[in-house]
Amino acid sequence: MHPAKSVIYFTVATGAGYGLFFWLALLAFLGVLPADKFMGFVMLAIAFGLIVTGLISYTGHLGRPERAWRALSQWRSSWLSREGIMAILTFIPMGIFGIYWVFLGQNTGFTALVGLVGAGMALVTVFTTSMIYASLKAIPAWYNIWTKIGYLVLSLMSGAVLTLALVSAFGLDELALFLLLPVAVLLLLGLVAKVFYWRHIHAGRVVSTAESATGLGRFGKVSQAASPHSADNYLLKEMGFKIARKHAAKLRWIAIVFGFVLPFAIIGLTANFIEIRDLAAQIFMGIAAASCILGLVFERWLFFAEAKHVVTLYYGETKV
Amino acid sequence: MTSLPKTAPKKKLGLVIDLDICVGCHACAVNCKEWNTSGKSAPLTDLNPHGKDPDGVWFNRIHTYETMNDTGESRTVHFPRSCLHCDDAPCVTVCPTGASYKREEDGIVLVNEDICIGCKLCSWACPYGARGYDETEGVMKKCTLCVDKIYNKNLPEESRVPACVSTCPTGARHFGDLNDPGSDVSKLVAAREGYALMPEQDTKPVNRYLPPRPKQMQTVDQTPRALIHEDTSSDAAPLLARWVDKILSV
Ligand code: SF4
Ligand code: SF4
Ligand code: SF4
Repeated sequence: MHPAKSVIYFTVATGAGYGLFFWLALLAFLGVLPADKFMGFVMLAIAFGLIVTGLISYTGHLGRPERAWRALSQWRSSWLSREGIMAILTFIPMGIFGIYWVFLGQNTGFTALVGLVGAGMALVTVFTTSMIYASLKAIPAWYNIWTKIGYLVLSLMSGAVLTLALVSAFGLDELALFLLLPVAVLLLLGLVAKVFYWRHIHAGRVVSTAESATGLGRFGKVSQAASPHSADNYLLKEMGFKIARKHAAKLRWIAIVFGFVLPFAIIGLTANFIEIRDLAAQIFMGIAAASCILGLVFERWLFFAEAKHVVTLYYGETKV
Repeated sequence: MTSLPKTAPKKKLGLVIDLDICVGCHACAVNCKEWNTSGKSAPLTDLNPHGKDPDGVWFNRIHTYETMNDTGESRTVHFPRSCLHCDDAPCVTVCPTGASYKREEDGIVLVNEDICIGCKLCSWACPYGARGYDETEGVMKKCTLCVDKIYNKNLPEESRVPACVSTCPTGARHFGDLNDPGSDVSKLVAAREGYALMPEQDTKPVNRYLPPRPKQMQTVDQTPRALIHEDTSSDAAPLLARWVDKILSV
C-alpha cells in the first residue's frame, strides 16, 4: 500500500497524543500529578496539538475535505465513521479535564474522574483507528490481531515516553522515577508486539493467489501475459506500492533501534547515572522521546509499504 | 446507507463473462468508457491523456494471462475485470458517509458522488480493484452496471443491456438476473460451471466467469491441406477452356 505522509502522520501523532492524555489523566487520578496551571497548559497543549494536527492531516488527504462531516453518519457499519465519532466524543471529557486543570488549577477529584473517562475513550479511539486497517480482509498484512495490539501498545508506549520527557522537563523527579517502570515495560511490549506482527506477516501465509483471483488455477500456474494498460493506474499507484525486501529489513532495524532500543537505553542510563533535575537528564529524556517518535514513523511507513493488497494478483503478483 | 440491504435483493443483476470466447479486443472497456463518461458517473476523467503516462478512470479492464501446467501445456486467456456487484460487498460497509451503497431492488452497487468524501477506503476494501478514484473531482467512481442504460425507457428494449455487453463483438459478455434460476445467465452458469473470483475473500460476487473449454486434442492427422496449383489435365474444364488449353499447348 502507498505510504501516504498524511496518514503516517495521522496515525503516529494521534496515537502519541491519545497515549499522552491517557497517562496524564491516569497520573491525575492517582493523585501524583501537580495541579500547576502552566504545566497543565504545556502538557495538554502537546497532547491536543498532536491529536488535532493528526486529525487535520487525515482530513486534508480526503478528496473532498469540506464534506468530512458526512463521515460521522455510518457508525453502524464503518470503522472510519466510528473513529471520527469517537475522536469527537473524546474531546468532551478531554476538554473538561483540560479546562479544570489549566484554568482552575484542579486535576483531582471530579476532574480526575472525567479525565479517566477521557483516558478510556482515548484508548477506544485508538482501537477504532486500528480497526480501519484491521477490518480490511483484502490486505492480509493488516487483517490480523497484531495490527490492533500494535496500535494500542504503541499509543500507550509513545504516550508514556512523552509523559516521562515532560515530567522530567518540569523537574518532577519523583514522578519521573515512578514512570520508569511502565515506560520500560511498554517499550518491551511494543517491541514484542511489532516483532510478532512482522513474524506474522512474513510467515508465508497465503490468503489468495493469482490462481484464485482469476479462477484459472485449473489450467496450471497463472502468470500475467499482458497488462491491460501501458501506464500505472490508480490501483497500481495506490495499492501496488512495492518495497524491496532488503530495504524492508533495513528499515525494520531502524524502526527497532530508534523506536524501542535507543529510548530504552537512553532512559535507563539517564535514570541511573544523572539526577532527573539536571538539565542533561531533561535533554536526554527529550532525545529519548524524539527517537521513539522517529522510530514509530519508520514503523508506520513500513506498516503501509509492506502491506500487499490482493488486487496486485491481477497485476503479476503470484500470492498475497 | 452503507449497511447492506437487510433483506437480500430479489433480483441480482450481474454479468457472466465467457473466458472461452473473449478475444481480448478491449472493445467492452472502450465502450464502457464511452457510455459512462456521459452517464451517471460522468465524466470519467483522464489525466495526461496524450502524454507519456496516460491515466484515468476506467470501470472495466482487460487482462491477459498465461497458464502453464506440469506437462508444459499452456493457454492464453483474456480476462475482463469489472465490478462483481458482490452480495457481501466490503466496499459498501467500510464507507463512512453512506456514499457507497447496494440497491435493495436489484443488488447493483453504486456510489453517490454527491456525498462521497474521497477517503478511498472502499477501494482498499475491494479485493478486485473495481473502483476508480477521480482525482479531479475528488470522489470515487465505479461500474454502475450501466444503471442508466438498462432501465432507460428512451432506448429500444434490446438496447437495455450494459454497454460492455452490447458492444462485445464475440458475445462473450452476458447480462441478466443471477438470482433467477430460470434466467438465461443462470442456465449458462449452470451448464458451463461458471465460477466466482476469489471466493476466499467472502464477498459473494454476483458476476460469474465461464471457464475456457478444454482444449481439443489432436487425434487425427490434421496437417493442413496444401493447394495444388499446377493443372496437369484440362479434361474436366469447360469447352472454351479446353480449346484455349489445346491452342496454348501446341
Ligand atoms: S467488486 Fe469490489 S467494488 Fe464491486 S461490489 Fe465487489 S467489492 Fe464492491
Ligand atoms: S471514497 Fe467515497 S464511496 Fe468510498 S468509502 Fe470513502 S466516502 Fe465512501
Ligand atoms: S456494466 Fe456498464 S459500467 Fe459496468 S463494466 Fe459494463 S459497460 Fe462498464
